[in-house]
Amino acid sequence: MINRKPLKIAIASGKGGTGKTTLSTNLAAYIAEQQEVVLVDLDVEEPNSGLFFNGELIHEEPNLKMIPQWDESKCTLCGICRKVCNFHAVIQLGPTIVVFPQLCHSCYACSELCPENALPMIPKSTGTLKDFRSGNLHFIESRMDVGEEQAVPAISKTKNYAAGKYGNANFTIYDSPPGTSCPVIEAVKDVDFVILITEPTPFGLHDLRLAVETVRALKKPFGVVINRYGIGNDEVIEYCTEEDIPILAKIANSRKIAGLYSSGKLIYNEVPEVKTALQEILDHCLKMMEGEHK
Amino acid sequence: MKEIVIISGKGGTGKTSLTAAFAVLGGSDVVVADCDVDAADMHLLMNPDFDYTEDFYSGELAFIEQSDCIRCGKCKDVCRFDAINIKLNRFFIDPLSCEGCGYCARICPAHCIRNKERLAGQWFISNIKTGSFMVHARLGIGAENSGKLVAKVKNEAKEIALEERKDFILVDGSPGIGCPVVSSLSGASFVVLVTEPTVSGLHDLKRVYELVKKFNIKAGCIINKADINPVKCAEIAQYLAEEGIVHLADLPYDESFTKAMTQGQTIVEYDHGFLKDLVTDSWEKVKRLVCEE
Repeated sequence: MINRKPLKIAIASGKGGTGKTTLSTNLAAYIAEQQEVVLVDLDVEEPNSGLFFNGELIHEEPNLKMIPQWDESKCTLCGICRKVCNFHAVIQLGPTIVVFPQLCHSCYACSELCPENALPMIPKSTGTLKDFRSGNLHFIESRMDVGEEQAVPAISKTKNYAAGKYGNANFTIYDSPPGTSCPVIEAVKDVDFVILITEPTPFGLHDLRLAVETVRALKKPFGVVINRYGIGNDEVIEYCTEEDIPILAKIANSRKIAGLYSSGKLIYNEVPEVKTALQEILDHCLKMMEGEHK
Repeated sequence: MKEIVIISGKGGTGKTSLTAAFAVLGGSDVVVADCDVDAADMHLLMNPDFDYTEDFYSGELAFIEQSDCIRCGKCKDVCRFDAINIKLNRFFIDPLSCEGCGYCARICPAHCIRNKERLAGQWFISNIKTGSFMVHARLGIGAENSGKLVAKVKNEAKEIALEERKDFILVDGSPGIGCPVVSSLSGASFVVLVTEPTVSGLHDLKRVYELVKKFNIKAGCIINKADINPVKCAEIAQYLAEEGIVHLADLPYDESFTKAMTQGQTIVEYDHGFLKDLVTDSWEKVKRLVCEE
């Protein structure tokens, strides 16, 4: 596994529960047997990758979001702040300016356009970032506090932390949140390659199509991994063939895999086919990347 | 009229398959709202006719009028979202990064940036095979899932239920604990949590239930694929007991759920034995509990 340029891979899927975390954790652990790898759990609403590793916690910090804080002594109640806020996060109640942190997008407009400088931006914690180490594996997760609503700022911050600290590692793997909306875009937009993991069912296919539209809109090279292969029908394969989408690997449906996963165990050392699949996926990513850079 | 919301925290636990089965069992008494607008799948089992379609606009998107642009770069300086790119010495908005805060337009000295309403998706009202109605939606690629489309779908379903004098609204929620979930929980009469006996299933259940508690809504839980890990299953059952969540049913791992799906059916249409009985029994329990509230 020789790799010249550090490679950033996102593991994503439209539908939840198709095996993103299983693939992310196993692929990361498999690569870590030989070289340094960074696994970043970007599913900040429900981070699960950490359940599969016993790493040593080496760093912890709050995820901060900048929000305006009203300085009553400077405010002239001119009303500019509430007029410029497109998110209704700053309102005026009688002689008081009220800020709703959950609605704030940290655009700074109210703060910087305030003529009296009466709304300085201050940091507010929305969750916690943790950085673990286990041999060659760096594992970073962010956990959004329950009750917080915006995942995107935490995702962006977590990526920046990983890139800043471990940007030279040969491999970085993002375990992405499910769906196709802004959290996924944020997770996927700066990677070199996207692995879409799906299952061969009508729900799996339907959401795969949405995910494909998303990665195509972002102009990212991508391939598909079919998990629980053997259930459902052949429509996912037919779709990939028609659309000329490479199928990187198929992982057979197996109660043994389900059982190992359910107990928080890694799979590839127990199920040889999974190890083969991981190697296939890795080879494919590297080959595709070489092609891309020629 | 009672509103039942089905959520799971973790994706792929069988939430949509169960919601669809409940919709079939509830028949014409139930209006369905598919609030998993980011990856809406329930229509695949409901045979909807997309009777009514409407575009959904939410938020704004900045647009630079190139002919008036003096290329001063002030917009790029103030944008906190890296949404302004320079190509061939021209400034362009990246619609996937723009959050529509409007800051750039406000400070542009040439007044050449306008905010346009952003098409965030579409929503539909369908007649479905249960003899009732379903409100569903499709969020545009990369759109912000702020919960506004979820609220729209729910409110439309509520109006239909009131007009048509239906007893129940059945809401299929989205995974996670963020805005769309918060939006689907507001106003609910009862929450059905669908989980699986895995480390992730339990972990995510606990987080999403913390959120449910903030809303002070009564909840029941179905453990799907319960036989995959009996130890984990017992652990979940214990958690449910401690939290006062009604343990509605344990469903076995069974490929019939997938087979039903490939035929566009719910489990209660496909299976005529044990599985159908278990799911029917759960639905009856949910109805009883909701009416007690």
